[in-house]
Amino acid sequence: MNVEEELNKDPKNSRRQFLKKGLIAGAGVAAGGGLIAAFVDATATETGEKVKVLTTDGEIMEVDRGLLKLPRVSTEESHKGIPGRKFVMVIDLGKCKNARKCVEACQKGHHLPKSQEFLKVYLLQDSEKTSPYWFPKPCFHCDNPLCVSVCPVGATYKRTDGIVLIDNERCIGCKFCMTGCPYSTRVFAWKHYPEFDEDKEPYSPEASSPGKEGTVSKCDFCPDLIRVGKIPYCASACPMGVIYFGDVDEDTVTNGTETFQFSKLISDRAGYRYLETLGTRPCVYYLPPVERQFEVERGFADMDQEIIDRYKDTPYSKKNKP
Amino acid sequence: MELLRKDPLREFAPQLERTSIQGYLWIVFLLAVIGLGIYAFFSQVFYGHEVTGMRDNVVWGVYIVNFIFFMGISYAGALISGTLHLFKTAWRKPIIRMAEFITIIALLIGPCFILLCIGRLDKLHYLVIFGRIQSPITWDVIAISTDIFGCFIFLYLSVLRDLAKLRDYELLQLPNWRKKLYKLLALGYTGTPEQKQRLNRASDIMAAMVIAIAIIVYSVLAWIFSVTLQPGWHSTIFGPYFVIAAVYSGSAVLILCMWIFRRIYHLEEYITKKHFVAVGVIMLVLAAFFGYFTFSDYLTKWYGSEKNDEMLIQLLFKEFYWPFIISNYIGVLLPLIVVGIAKFRTITNITITAIVVIIALWLNRYIIVVPTLESPYLPIQDSRPEWLNYTATWVEWSLTAAGVAVFALLFTLASKFITIVPVSGLHGEEHNEEAIV
Repeated sequence: MNVEEELNKDPKNSRRQFLKKGLIAGAGVAAGGGLIAAFVDATATETGEKVKVLTTDGEIMEVDRGLLKLPRVSTEESHKGIPGRKFVMVIDLGKCKNARKCVEACQKGHHLPKSQEFLKVYLLQDSEKTSPYWFPKPCFHCDNPLCVSVCPVGATYKRTDGIVLIDNERCIGCKFCMTGCPYSTRVFAWKHYPEFDEDKEPYSPEASSPGKEGTVSKCDFCPDLIRVGKIPYCASACPMGVIYFGDVDEDTVTNGTETFQFSKLISDRAGYRYLETLGTRPCVYYLPPVERQFEVERGFADMDQEIIDRYKDTPYSKKNKP
Repeated sequence: MELLRKDPLREFAPQLERTSIQGYLWIVFLLAVIGLGIYAFFSQVFYGHEVTGMRDNVVWGVYIVNFIFFMGISYAGALISGTLHLFKTAWRKPIIRMAEFITIIALLIGPCFILLCIGRLDKLHYLVIFGRIQSPITWDVIAISTDIFGCFIFLYLSVLRDLAKLRDYELLQLPNWRKKLYKLLALGYTGTPEQKQRLNRASDIMAAMVIAIAIIVYSVLAWIFSVTLQPGWHSTIFGPYFVIAAVYSGSAVLILCMWIFRRIYHLEEYITKKHFVAVGVIMLVLAAFFGYFTFSDYLTKWYGSEKNDEMLIQLLFKEFYWPFIISNYIGVLLPLIVVGIAKFRTITNITITAIVVIIALWLNRYIIVVPTLESPYLPIQDSRPEWLNYTATWVEWSLTAAGVAVFALLFTLASKFITIVPVSGLHGEEHNEEAIV
């Protein structure tokens, strides 16, 4: 189930309210035919069912469901940001069991090879006596992004809606942003991966796809999904609903099944930002790993040996997996 | 008095006129090494950067180390010859051209290594078209290009008198095109009092300029690291620390060059123990500064022991133990002992010390770049060994060797074009010229 389905079918759902508020903000009816083209796949067949989508101008229009495709806005357009929005992510560490569905969905959605993960799941333990926990880490889309400051050619940029994007056609691959980011978020295309060729659509920074050899990419908060009213791949793929996505100004976040008031959630559950002291001002908040739904050990269940081996040097594995 | 009457150009002319069999073999050897480097470069372009040892954690490796290293030795000319020029140190004459050659050649090679790090060389011109002044890389592009330009002018001013001499020296057995080239490059300099005065003033100005520019260039280079938040890099001392390390390595390379050319071109008469001791003392002072800066940097990291600094220092003392000991202990103490104690102060000992210092400073850059990238804030959790720890591949080593070979080749060729020891003013002639100023 995804969001625009809900939007059209279930008027009482709280998610509908959230999205409606978001979509109606600065609303109007789309007039330009060119704008519609970005959302419509002319070769598909109509179903007769209409869905609402948000244009690059922040306007709402209705598109037939069968014709809907993810918009690939131009590079110039991708610099602007979606008007009136400020995106935020909340990750509930109490619910994560390293199912890795977020990683898989993200890689599939962005046509990435196995070696490139926009989202990584760490097994962290803050100190010897404290409890270990699974820690999914996307790009934090910092409000004071060092990666953007250090880029020599303006290939990575901060938008008005808070999203930090990379233009792979501009990127020269100096990797300065990778050393600038203190969260090891960025990945480099060390060669041309075959997965890049799966994507036949034209390149757009909003899709971070198709990838380009010798350039840097990273988690993009999926603005192409946001434009059609969906939440990012990781958030909708998570079976535990760990990842909430939303808008700070609307004060709402959702994981696809539950919707919360962002400020209340952060205040009630003692939300925090990772490595706050660095002053990067992330747009991703974490809820502390309390009232766990799963043992840490569950993160190893049914996992490939390759995944289990990743964590073999962590204090937890050293202690529990001799 | 014998020396004063002898025309140095007659003595040095064979250097320019003839190349021995060994000389040709040497050049062929260097070309072979460069050829291997070119092959490595094409494999990197063809197969992608995957052929290097660099991965998402250690995104910069030996290439950046070489970049810092070559930019560092370029300091030999800029600071050492610039300073000696300004202080009108009499003994500088026989070695000053070597120092200036080191500067300009190293400055041409250094930036090539940063280019090897860049994923998309086809988009390199974006640095100019879309350059953002906020980025330290843009500062670097501006600073290095200014430095190359400034150092080139400084070198040119200092060879101008020699070019005029070569033009006027009729006994020179050289092909016509070279004689014509000397004539063209000498710019009609004949040594009139007015020309001398202008040349001296221009040299003084450029000497001061290259010192300032070189300090800026190396500080900017250090800031590429220290503006980031990475443990080990985010340090206020990095600017001056890099400047000192650079001049230090430059002085060591100068000593090595003095030793090599003294032997090859039999310059024993001109480059004496006095010169080795003099540059050795410069090296000693710089060693002390370098040791002091290194100590200050690591002391504060270790004593306050923030979690990530502590991890970094543990890594340095475990996996990088020997590089750390060689660069920060032996590389500091050896010059202090060898040059500091009169008994040890021989040409051979000073040269061996210089070689150790060169290796130590290369390793110093390695343990600045790599361990920090191997210990980020979020622990590296990966099952692939090559993504955990950096090891340079044959591609990177071949290109490193090629860089050194290009340095040696350009040096050899330069010494075939202009005498390695300035022939004008060698025997006090220029003291009169300077007196005019």
